[in-house]
Amino acid sequence: MLQDITLGQFFPGTSFLHRMDPRVKIGLLFLLIVLVFLCNTAPTYGLLGAFTLFLMLRSHVPMRMMLKSLRPLVWIILFTFLIHLCSHPGELIAQLGPFEITKEGLQQGIFISLRLVFLILLSSLLTFTTSPLKLTDAMERILSPGKKIGLPAHELAMMMTIALRFVPTLIEETDKIMKAQAARGSDFASGNILQRLKGFVPVLVPLFLSAFRRADELAMAMEARCYHGGEGRTQMKSLKAGRLDYMACSSMAVLTGLLLYLRFSMQ
Amino acid sequence: MEELIRLEDLSYTYHAGQENERPVLKHVDLSIRRGEFLAVLGANGSGKSTLAKHLNAILIPTGGRCIVHGIDTRATEELWRIRQQVGMVFQNPDNQMVAAVVEDDVAFGPENLGIPPDEIRSRVDAALRAVGMEDYRDFAPHRLSGGQKQRVAIAGALAMETDCIVFDEPTAMLDPRGHEEVMATVKQLHRERGITVVYITHFMEEAAEAERVIVLEKGSIALQGTPREVFTQVEQLKRMKLDVPMAAEMVYRLRQKGVKLPKDVLTEEELAEALCQSGWKM
Ligand SMILES: Nc1ncnc2c1ncn2[C@@H]1O[C@H](COP(=O)(O)OP(=O)(O)O)[C@@H](O)[C@H]1O
Ligand SMILES: [Mg+2]
Repeated sequence: MLQDITLGQFFPGTSFLHRMDPRVKIGLLFLLIVLVFLCNTAPTYGLLGAFTLFLMLRSHVPMRMMLKSLRPLVWIILFTFLIHLCSHPGELIAQLGPFEITKEGLQQGIFISLRLVFLILLSSLLTFTTSPLKLTDAMERILSPGKKIGLPAHELAMMMTIALRFVPTLIEETDKIMKAQAARGSDFASGNILQRLKGFVPVLVPLFLSAFRRADELAMAMEARCYHGGEGRTQMKSLKAGRLDYMACSSMAVLTGLLLYLRFSMQ
Repeated sequence: MEELIRLEDLSYTYHAGQENERPVLKHVDLSIRRGEFLAVLGANGSGKSTLAKHLNAILIPTGGRCIVHGIDTRATEELWRIRQQVGMVFQNPDNQMVAAVVEDDVAFGPENLGIPPDEIRSRVDAALRAVGMEDYRDFAPHRLSGGQKQRVAIAGALAMETDCIVFDEPTAMLDPRGHEEVMATVKQLHRERGITVVYITHFMEEAAEAERVIVLEKGSIALQGTPREVFTQVEQLKRMKLDVPMAAEMVYRLRQKGVKLPKDVLTEEELAEALCQSGWKM
């Protein structure tokens, strides 16, 4: 029953977004986020919307899957929209009880909700087209300048890698223990929340014991294979930015220029 | 033949000097030759794993010395050279894989040694081919069988270009098919690449494949010799609560009943032969 949990939401593929260097992707995502916050007029929102749509179409990730990533946040988006709708003074279009809906409010509501939608879609584009392993790798590289000030970049990345490696194993194990306990009459499905939590204790205790044993053995196996931290370590799959990445950066530069122009000179 | 590892009067005590100290290995002398296939037998708790962990300096002897390739394992500055030369494969296949993809896991050792990326790539490919796992390079470990995981672990050692691999009950958690896979791989590496194999097991059939067997009892070497010499010591093996091969057990019992049979019978064919020659009638 736990088997179909997948980590992250990576959707394997070969689109240019999949092939880009993850570091470049993360960097450009940050730039895009800044751009999203710079948008303030219909043309700027239109430009960024068109660009987001273009990326979504070219990622070869099914549209349905990407729109699904909006679902958990739909209420927040709606709430934001409503707040803005009724809290801007200006040209009145409708009166709902004590709430005054203005033209400016409507516009601002749409803009701010679009901002949220763009942010969610763009960040999920990153996780849809980048495997967790590559993300981890990129994270280590991006954080590695911080090593000088004591940031444990390698250790963090190694923790992530090991977590990624062991989550499926631990899920399998949880499943096994749950079945074994169910066979002895444990009931995980009925009773109030407190009773259900209590039912989980006989699952968690063996799970934790085994996780500690695993950690112990894994640490030894890593030492046996000469692991001694990140120092002097090389990587088989070293990340390399290529032509594709330079093209992506240039396109982003053009987009940034265009957006800045729209924002600051067309007022 | 050239000596690869030497244990001289080696003793080891867990928590030495504390009140819960526990002497486990006692005055072990052992020499392992390059290219040898050595099996280590012994009841649970006899100190087999503790011994194994000395061979690549995971544990440092509390008494005596362990010398690998002429380097004393107490010389900490040479630690990585020792561990590069002596690889380890542990019992639980799940708890020794670090990476979430097979080929990344095989690359883990060479990456730690600071090998250049291109060379790691070629070593990883060669190691995966050597254990017949090249078609699984992109697999996640949890999608492999136990036998396959152990073969990946072996590839991980090979990719470090080890001279010697220590196996600590590598088949104890596997199904019969996994046993065969692992054993076949081990034998092939020993035969074709001259890898020195130290194989800890409690399966007699596996130990019988070795060139030399040592039996540990309470932290000391109780018996050693060729599989034939060791497995025909039926009384001793029984006293140490170890299994005895079926043929050797049968000869032992028949001899107790006064049937005249040679003592050094190991396989079932030899048993049949011996019974025919003894003129013993059903
Ligand atoms: N980390 C440890 N701390 C204390 N005692 C240990 C430790 N590891 C093993 N032992 C003890 O050492 C003895 C030998 O263990 P081990 O070498 O694992 O034997 P084997 O592998 O032959 O079963 C056992 O009695 C065990 O309880
Ligand atoms: Mg053991």
